[in-house]
Amino acid sequence: MVVNQLPHFPFLTVLVLLPAGGALAVALMVNVRRQVTEAVGIAVALATLGFAIATTVLMHTGDGGYQFVSKHVWAASIGVSWFVGVDGISIFLVLLAAVLFPIALAGARSRTDARPFIAWMLLLEAACIGSFISLDLILFFLFFELTLVPAYFIIANWGFARRAYAAVKFFVYTFLGSAFLLVGIVVLAFVHQHQTGVLTFSLPALEHTRLASSTGILLFLAFTAAFAVKAPLFPFHTWSPDAYTEAPAGGSMILSAVLAKLGTYGIIRFDLNLFPQASRTLGPLLLTLAVIGILYGALVACAQNDLKRLVAYSSLAQIGFIALGTFALTTEGLVGGVLLMVNHGLVTAGFFLLIGWIYERRGSWQVAELGGLQTPAPIMAAAFTVVMMASIGLPGLNGFVSEFLVLAGTFLVHRWWAVAATIGVVGAALYLLWAYQQAFHGKPSPSVAQTRDLGWNERIVIAPLLVLIVLLGVYPKPVIDRITPSVNRLVDRVEQVTNVRQPAVATHATPPARATNASAP
Amino acid sequence: MVHAAYLMALLPLAGFAVLVAAGRRLGDPWAGWVGTVAVVGSFVVACIALAGLLSEPASARHFSANYFSWITVGGLQVKVGILLDPLSMTMCMFVTGVSALIHLYSIGYMKGDPEFSKFFIYLNLFVFSMVLLVLANNLLVMFVGWEGVGVCSYWLVSFWHERDSAASAGKKAFIYNRVGDVGFLIALFLIFSKVGSLDLTTIFAHRGALGSAGATAVALLLLLAAAGKSAQIPLFNWLPDAMEGPTPVSALIHAATMVTAGVYLLCRVNSILALSPDAMWVIAIIGGATAFVAATIATSQQDIKKVLVFSTVSQIGYMVLAVGTGAYIAAIFLMVAHAFYKGLLFLGAGSVIHGLHDEQDLKRMGGLARLLPWTYGTFLVGWLAIAGIPPFSGFWAKSDVLANVYQKSPALWALGLVTAILTAYYMTRLFVLAFRGDDRWAAAVDGHRPSDPHESPWVMRAPLVVLAVLAFAGGILDLPWVHRDGFASWLSPVFAHTLYLAHEGAGLQVVLAVIDAVVAVIGVSIAFALWRRSVDKPTLEPAFLQRVWYWDDFYDAVIGRPGQAMARFAATVVDGRIIDGAVNGAAAAVRKGASGVRRFQTGYVRNYALGIALGLAAVIAFVISRVWWS
Repeated sequence: MVVNQLPHFPFLTVLVLLPAGGALAVALMVNVRRQVTEAVGIAVALATLGFAIATTVLMHTGDGGYQFVSKHVWAASIGVSWFVGVDGISIFLVLLAAVLFPIALAGARSRTDARPFIAWMLLLEAACIGSFISLDLILFFLFFELTLVPAYFIIANWGFARRAYAAVKFFVYTFLGSAFLLVGIVVLAFVHQHQTGVLTFSLPALEHTRLASSTGILLFLAFTAAFAVKAPLFPFHTWSPDAYTEAPAGGSMILSAVLAKLGTYGIIRFDLNLFPQASRTLGPLLLTLAVIGILYGALVACAQNDLKRLVAYSSLAQIGFIALGTFALTTEGLVGGVLLMVNHGLVTAGFFLLIGWIYERRGSWQVAELGGLQTPAPIMAAAFTVVMMASIGLPGLNGFVSEFLVLAGTFLVHRWWAVAATIGVVGAALYLLWAYQQAFHGKPSPSVAQTRDLGWNERIVIAPLLVLIVLLGVYPKPVIDRITPSVNRLVDRVEQVTNVRQPAVATHATPPARATNASAP
Repeated sequence: MVHAAYLMALLPLAGFAVLVAAGRRLGDPWAGWVGTVAVVGSFVVACIALAGLLSEPASARHFSANYFSWITVGGLQVKVGILLDPLSMTMCMFVTGVSALIHLYSIGYMKGDPEFSKFFIYLNLFVFSMVLLVLANNLLVMFVGWEGVGVCSYWLVSFWHERDSAASAGKKAFIYNRVGDVGFLIALFLIFSKVGSLDLTTIFAHRGALGSAGATAVALLLLLAAAGKSAQIPLFNWLPDAMEGPTPVSALIHAATMVTAGVYLLCRVNSILALSPDAMWVIAIIGGATAFVAATIATSQQDIKKVLVFSTVSQIGYMVLAVGTGAYIAAIFLMVAHAFYKGLLFLGAGSVIHGLHDEQDLKRMGGLARLLPWTYGTFLVGWLAIAGIPPFSGFWAKSDVLANVYQKSPALWALGLVTAILTAYYMTRLFVLAFRGDDRWAAAVDGHRPSDPHESPWVMRAPLVVLAVLAFAGGILDLPWVHRDGFASWLSPVFAHTLYLAHEGAGLQVVLAVIDAVVAVIGVSIAFALWRRSVDKPTLEPAFLQRVWYWDDFYDAVIGRPGQAMARFAATVVDGRIIDGAVNGAAAAVRKGASGVRRFQTGYVRNYALGIALGLAAVIAFVISRVWWS
């Protein structure tokens, strides 16, 4: 594998330690004014964002391998090491987390117990970023599990009426999935040790493990169990509407926008790299679950009267698109899937942020109790419209680019799955426009008419999301150009192992357009 | 000069940006003037580009340029660029021209609206999207414009969103279009998978790679897209509801420009359609059927805008019929003429509605000729044009379509001729009810006689006059005896090998034209005889027609209600009881079975969570210490 030793400064380690240290610092800030605590939390998150941006800028664009790799053996006897690195796939998830945490901290503050809330949030950020950069399976597993703890407490302590039920369900369900993952990791490492005599959990090393096809399939299923629950994929999704709904606004944002990506990221990073043959063999099964998720998520979302549950089911559909692009195993599909992870994160975070603000004002997120918000709050309505249109897949906004790539990439190899999934694009328009009409259109009741529009501070908080939604819709090239080499590397690997090539049109540049009488620069 | 063509799209976009930033501060009427100036600039650029294109020899009237890479992944290379040829140039001329006029008109029409500046934001964004749709040299970029006009239509139809009917109509428009979009998207996937490109020139050069089945599939999928956007069977019934939008919107988007985008799309891909005679028949039949069905419905509507909108559906049906015949130039000719006279008729209707203080019911109008002389005079021109009375533009355009159809299929021609009678009939009915007869609007409401209708201000009258001139004289674009060096020779390079040429002798052409004129006169006469004295004729307005052939009710019964029931069932039974029930059931079973090992189960997830936290904290501390000291 290509390992680039880029600048010696340990960017990635800092990206984990900074929020983790921030969490500790905030936890110790007893008897400090609430505003100061909040400012420290936001400052730490912004500093992390700074480092994430620096890392992205310093990366080599055309290189698909892992960069900023740092490896320190710390438990040689059991083969575990602090082994981190990023490539074009993971860097944007790190960046996504780094963008969304400061927004969540600034835009969805906790009314009570600000100190522990901020500390848990920062710890969650450290764990999420840690998961995205781990190249050692045990290290990944530790971070993956560590996310559960702050997430659990955020739901259980700052959530809404049914928070206890939702938090326990979230915890136990994902924890059970992880049990399979741990077993899978250990078995894989033992098989590898059996073949080579070396006990290691390093991802690049384990890629070379030779697996009997049945073993590969069993291990694939064990890994996928954890990831499918986390994402969630149909039919392992029922914890998510409860968790997203009962969590506080900041929790819902992170849970759906970042934490869920651990599942889809895990599939791409570990399932495809470690078990290419099984991924190809079981691909149709996963594609089918993805398409069911797309259509079923849309259908169930149509029956929701509750904005948060509606967004939860809409997420189920979006995650379905990500899985669809992933298991299409074409360049377009996978690039679209990775891009959609980022885009869905931005969009769903925007949704939950806005819904949180609606709740602060109206004390409800039942559409029937809102009605006519657009008249007193036109700017909030405009922001919601942009986010909604991105989710519907309006070209010019970010969602479309990724959705189109996923569907076009899938169509090349699994035509009818893509056709069925395309029908799902009607669904998003159905339930979102319905919900928008219920909540924002119509004549406002006297009490709704008093609703405060977004203040300047709120406009500043949501502005980065809206700017990114437009920017990634109009000019996604900088992101796509960095994702593509890593995806190419992954697709090549899968093709080499499985000996199945993607169609030529997926990779070959188009024939040049017929010469015309004039051409512009 | 053609190099600056991209400014046609950029100027309205700049207007949009200025209005988003400062529209509220500019306010009424300055925001409107900013929007209008941007679109007038766009029209001026179009004129310059036209001059540039005309200065080239016919074979070289083809300008293509790419500006930036939008999506480049593997084999999928999508660049944002434009293709200026006689077809897109023609579209741009009338799109920017009519848009400019309607912007001007809107300054008067929207005066005093609390959301005045927002209206022009949407209107400018619409013009940008429409020009992008027309100019795009790539199907995916065209799709951006296609969706852009759709979303602007959604915003503008539900502009007065406090009215439930307006909000619902906007939503309906978007969703029907979305159904069509499924066709567009799948066509794009199919083309990409076969040809490896979405660039128009490349697709046409390699269209053979589609194969005949592929070409048929693409043609039918694009027909579905066109049916959504251009309100054809089976997706036409969003357009009547879209009349909830302000009348300038109805004139611009839902009569002159956006709704013809489907026809434009089909004309654009004419070389693919040519590969599939079967698909051409389907297109012709859909168009003919839509023209007829919508015309029958138009005969029974009471709302002045509803008559006009079903007329629009019917006229676009004619255009689609022409496309299905291969008579693309006739389709474009009718499209241009229709933009003039239907834009005029809607603006005239808006002037009437404005003058009557938001009255739209034909049965409560009458006798307006004297009170609204400008509106009356210009509306008269629009009426004669659409009715097909020579020498108004509609006569020439419709005759051109019908003469071509006659050669392809006498049956479809007969259907078109019946539709022509119906057209003359319903337009005359509208005209008589609105402008002639007694002043029924004067009937006392709550004991008060309403104030007299007032003629509109000059910003509204000027566009009416300009459009009236165009609607009268638009026929000179393509008079049958100048085919050789008129509109037809200008457009024919675009349709080089695919154009259907009806080899009709001059004698037959004259006979067909006379028949067209005669049926128009018959339709007008019948309507005059029936509606001159009485406004109440229930037998001529059966419920079947008033309820739009029960089309909405049918969709509601077959798709709407079962769909809702299915969604509820999925949400409560499948998700709630079966899937989640299994999860909770498993949890309960484990709890029961595990009572023997209670010692390990404190029952509190909190404790596990804390346990993990502490354990992990220790591990991480260990990691860090090792990293730092190693």
